[in-house]
Amino acid sequence: MLYREAGEFKTSYAQDSQTFPIWWDRLWYQVALVVGFAILPFVINDYWANAVVVPFLIYAIAAIGLNILTGYCGQVSLGTGGFMAVGAYAVYKLMTAFPDVPILIHVILAGAITAGVGVLFGLPSLRIKGFYLAVATLAAQFFLVWLFNKVPWFYNYSASGQITAPERTMFGIAVTGANTPAWAKYLFCAAFLFALAWIARNLTRGTIGRKWMAIRDMDIAAEIIGVNPLTTKLSAFAVSSFFIGIAGALFFAVYLGAAEVGEAFGIQKSFLILFMIIIGGLGSIFGSFAGAAFLVLLPVFLKNVLVGGLGWPSDLAAHIELMIVGALIIGFLILEPHGLAQLWRVLKEKLRLWPFPH
Amino acid sequence: MLPDQLVFAMEVTLNGLMAGVMYALVALGFVLIFKASGIFNYAQGVLALFAALTLVGLQNGQIPFAHLINAAFGTDLHSFGWTLPAALAIALTALVMVGLAWAIERLILKHLVNQEPIILFMATIGLAYFLEGLGDVMWGADIKTLDVGLPQGISEGIEAVTAEWFGYGFFIDRLDIVATLVAAALVAALTLFSQYTKYGRALRAVADDHQAALSVGISLRFVWVLVWSIAGFVALIAGIMWGAKSGVQFSLSLIALKALPVLMLGGFTSIPGAIVGGLIIGMGEKLFEFFAGPLIGGATENWFAYVLALLFLVFRPQGLFGERIIERV
Repeated sequence: MLYREAGEFKTSYAQDSQTFPIWWDRLWYQVALVVGFAILPFVINDYWANAVVVPFLIYAIAAIGLNILTGYCGQVSLGTGGFMAVGAYAVYKLMTAFPDVPILIHVILAGAITAGVGVLFGLPSLRIKGFYLAVATLAAQFFLVWLFNKVPWFYNYSASGQITAPERTMFGIAVTGANTPAWAKYLFCAAFLFALAWIARNLTRGTIGRKWMAIRDMDIAAEIIGVNPLTTKLSAFAVSSFFIGIAGALFFAVYLGAAEVGEAFGIQKSFLILFMIIIGGLGSIFGSFAGAAFLVLLPVFLKNVLVGGLGWPSDLAAHIELMIVGALIIGFLILEPHGLAQLWRVLKEKLRLWPFPH
Repeated sequence: MLPDQLVFAMEVTLNGLMAGVMYALVALGFVLIFKASGIFNYAQGVLALFAALTLVGLQNGQIPFAHLINAAFGTDLHSFGWTLPAALAIALTALVMVGLAWAIERLILKHLVNQEPIILFMATIGLAYFLEGLGDVMWGADIKTLDVGLPQGISEGIEAVTAEWFGYGFFIDRLDIVATLVAAALVAALTLFSQYTKYGRALRAVADDHQAALSVGISLRFVWVLVWSIAGFVALIAGIMWGAKSGVQFSLSLIALKALPVLMLGGFTSIPGAIVGGLIIGMGEKLFEFFAGPLIGGATENWFAYVLALLFLVFRPQGLFGERIIERV
């Protein structure tokens, strides 16, 4: 009933290959855009922006990035935290070295620098596959975190070893630093997420995305039909790291404001983002959003229920949260290995026939 | 008399070899499970933590879930008020680990048969989170000391002998010597078990070919419970050694991360590989820290093993002793 295709006549190739071929989906998409860009900035307050919405937006960018590498190209990476750190330190160095250049350019450049680092650490993927590669990406994670800790040049010789984002403005409004209004943080990240998700969606359904998927499904067969594994794998590493670098830059500059590398970009972050794409759905842009939303909301929800509702001590709540996250991951893998995105697909199929299933 | 630098390097090498044995102890658990079921068990480190926590809890007569019960019902429970002898506590913990292995097979692995290896790997990451939370909820998250009567401190005998030979006494931890002996005994026992017992043969058959093993009547599920129990037992021993060395706390579970480069170097499928890989990594990272650490800022142990393994893999993707990777289209 709801998701009916009847009556939707496509008269051009552009219509046939659009992202949302069903009218109902397009409506949802437009409603989400209107709410996201025209309503939320006016109603958002500090608590919601800092606890839920801004982390969600930033993690969604990182999740899309990792999904390109792991979900679309099949190269498992546990180095996400390290690459986010590259983005964060790159934007910090750029912001402090060139204070007059707009922050927008800094963030994009930080992504580009991360892409370069990602390609460097992606080189072994041409020789190593599967688990060996997953473990090899840990080398990037540990090495990068150590590097940013030990080389004072990266944190401008500050006494605490922390990096602190200076205030930078866009159109006269602060987007980084302590005086940033909640709506500016939100809008800055939301604009990035929208643009990057749009790019990711269009990359993954074009030539390059098909090449990634061919490598994922069977690399030798892909090579035989003419997909060059060198350029394909490295381009996946580059694009993925670009996204993750931007996520890291925003995470530090807009969300945290000040960061210590081991704490903000440790191995836990790599796992968190990996879980987001598993729970959301590997190889799905929508899944990256769903997984990020789920894992950002879950701790907030559990904290409110266990600490706020039942009055339990917060350390106990944190341990129970670990158990629940672990159990959920196992549960998801057993019940639906393709994640929330697949659940949504199944639901849509049901809705098409509802309420007359025959 | 030898130059000082050389003597120091020898001491560092010796200490590195001992540390390598500790890494190998953890890596061993990985290899066992990987061989028998093709699962890369990320939870091995957390298994060691869980085993150590359970051991300390049982030994000190802690009430499991006391923290949770207190929070939920407002009671003030802490301890049964007894202290178990070490041997009994170890035996009970081993039983708990067998129970855990059974539960893991029943609740998780059974449902994930025939899934892709990467899905199984991620399931074990989920298991690691769950067990970490469970261990903390059951026994509390505070740092505990583990005392099962292992010798502590510096070995004076070795110090005296080396002082006589080189004019400089080596500092070797007694615990490390015990760990080395235990690891050697463990490898010998595992080898004997897998070569000369009925169940060991079943284990090797499953590792060789799941379907062929099934067709001659070997119960796959029993073998999985068995192999997870053995891995749990290895984790218990690793937990005891590491726990006695640095206290039972969350960081114990991070030894899994130390064991990963060992596995890459030695190959995922080889028990001798785990031992040799552990020795190379332990020795390599201590020597690198000794020679290059002061030049580039120290704390290189965090990443050196990974970079070494990474460089090595580029030339030999299956590790030192791993089975050759043959790909067919």
